[in-house]
Amino acid sequence: LGHDIHFHDKKIALLEAGPRKEYDRMPDSYSNRVSSISPGSATLLSSFGAWDHVCSLRLKPFRRMQVWDACSEAMIVFEKDDLDDMGYIVENDVIMSALTKQLDAVADRVEVFYRSRAVRYTWPLPSHSCDTSPWVQIELADGRRLQTKLLIGADGHNSVVRKEAEIKNIEHRYDQSAVVATLHLSEATDNNVAWQRFLPTGPIALLPLSDTASSLVWSTSHEHASELLAMDEESFVDSINSAFWSNVNHTDFIDTAGAMFRSAISLLKPSGTAVRQLPPSIAKVDPESRAMFPLGMGHAIEYVQHRVALIGDAAHRVHPLAGQGVNLGFGDIACLAHHLSAAAFNGSDLGSLRHLLKFETERQRHNVSLIAATDVLKRLYSTRLAPLVLLRTWGLQATNALPPVKVRI
Amino acid sequence: TVKRLFSTSHSSVDSKEMKKFQLLAHKWWDEEGEYSALHSMNDIRVPFIRDTLLNMSSNYHLGNPLSGVKILDVGCGGGLLSEPLGRLGASVTGIDPLEDNIRTADQHKSFDPVLAKRIQYKSSSLEEIVEESMETFDVIVASEVVEHVADLEMFIRCCSQVLKPEGSLFITTINKTQLSYILGIVVAEKILGIVPEGTHEWEKFVTPEELERLLESNGFSVKTVNGMLYNPFWGLWSWMESTSINYAVHAVKSGAQGQSSPTDALSEMESEQHSATAGTAV
Repeated sequence: LGHDIHFHDKKIALLEAGPRKEYDRMPDSYSNRVSSISPGSATLLSSFGAWDHVCSLRLKPFRRMQVWDACSEAMIVFEKDDLDDMGYIVENDVIMSALTKQLDAVADRVEVFYRSRAVRYTWPLPSHSCDTSPWVQIELADGRRLQTKLLIGADGHNSVVRKEAEIKNIEHRYDQSAVVATLHLSEATDNNVAWQRFLPTGPIALLPLSDTASSLVWSTSHEHASELLAMDEESFVDSINSAFWSNVNHTDFIDTAGAMFRSAISLLKPSGTAVRQLPPSIAKVDPESRAMFPLGMGHAIEYVQHRVALIGDAAHRVHPLAGQGVNLGFGDIACLAHHLSAAAFNGSDLGSLRHLLKFETERQRHNVSLIAATDVLKRLYSTRLAPLVLLRTWGLQATNALPPVKVRI
Repeated sequence: TVKRLFSTSHSSVDSKEMKKFQLLAHKWWDEEGEYSALHSMNDIRVPFIRDTLLNMSSNYHLGNPLSGVKILDVGCGGGLLSEPLGRLGASVTGIDPLEDNIRTADQHKSFDPVLAKRIQYKSSSLEEIVEESMETFDVIVASEVVEHVADLEMFIRCCSQVLKPEGSLFITTINKTQLSYILGIVVAEKILGIVPEGTHEWEKFVTPEELERLLESNGFSVKTVNGMLYNPFWGLWSWMESTSINYAVHAVKSGAQGQSSPTDALSEMESEQHSATAGTAV
């Protein structure tokens, strides 16, 4: 918003709980918190000049995504026919640094309060009355007071803004935690494929960072996650390799049924089954890079209220299996910025529900279906029960064979 | 000043009209209340004024499009239109004969430090400011006003006097047709309650032809006449070809030569936002 021409005269304050993060050169080791950035998100970041900074620091584009089941041979491959990238794996610190640089560029309009925390919000009364200010009042931990026409809550899935605004949230804790780590491959390779295998305990994903390193995101039960963190490095590496390579979960029944289906498809559509590539094997893990955090799902009933808007995880939280969480947030930002820019050019009061509701409708329509689909997939793939495995095996194989459906995904 | 309440023949203010608005003076800023249709009318009348003025000028800044423009908002009410114009950079003077309206408007703008400086409100009729404001304003806006005025010709003449040569006059009002009676009064007031009952009197509605005639014969050149339509279901206004219900007019006061050029009413109106906003869309 600070870079938007219609916001030339406006003042924006950004309250950031963490410290300022800016890098001129990335450290040699990779951070274990990474995100999969979609091309759409990259476009947003480049629209105000941040993507250039990301590119000059470091990122890894990937061209192909292979997703397969642990309980069967079913597999689906996403790739773009042209030479475009499907997405980019970027460390979160890199994105933060790029954003910090671009924030500095508009420092006359955007003031960033690092290491700050809001302790009290005072909401305006809905009907305009005489003496009290119609704006939102915010008191910071250090005693400073701010007032604003529009408060945007981007404070994560435990959003304080959302709670204080008394916006109800549908939430559900999965019995899963995600384990992240930075891994080193046994041998250098092009490494431009993202791998994900659905184990009964949860999906394990390998996201490329460079020719020799990848990032791990392994969603599994809380107990297993703790074990993985506690075990020594060699056992950890072995667990990862066997998770990707072992066929212990296959049953003859499913294998035969799957093979039959595949032959059926290849009769109908000869090119319908793609070549199965083999994921790289892991040699070692970066010490200190192992971490875990619990997973859950959430969706706020409303994204907006008079003078309040929620974006990103404050509005919705998803399972990492689709790699979409941060991209949904970027989509929220693009949409809200568009509506606010138009409102500013119309001279409207920025906190007015009239345009905030347009943002809410647009994003809820888009987000709800994706969040629901991610949740369904998570549950579908959490079981070994034969009927469901068969269902998802055939479903995956069929989807792999149908280009129109794959393109939509 | 009290004298305005009693003068009739030398004023364009109609005292009966003022009484109607007195009762609702504090309801202006409830976006979902009695004045919700006027709030949502901003979505088309502000871009109309903004884009017309931008098209006529060559140096402007998209972040402050109306900077340096002096606007008179006649019959400003609670300031519903003055505020967005002020936010776009204009220096706005809002006048309204009803003191309660001005009080509401003053109070509402007082919380915003930027607006408090850009907008000045005065409780006054148009005639009363003519003497001190000859040829002062670049733009006059008279939105939803002329259908409440007692003497329209005098109103227009006063507008011409306070407007700079080549200055713009923007009017939105309601046509005098069977359709406007059915929709504008019966449906809007009595059935759907979009407008408080008794607000409008069909007798005082003005046809675009009559308005054009009055404007042209008083030194204005009418540039644009366009129909407006309110959709009560969504609460949204849009432009339409037909002027049979609501319509908007843009007229320009002739320059120093005093010639009035023939009417060249354009029927196409650009209702899209200025293309610069597309830059932030992804």
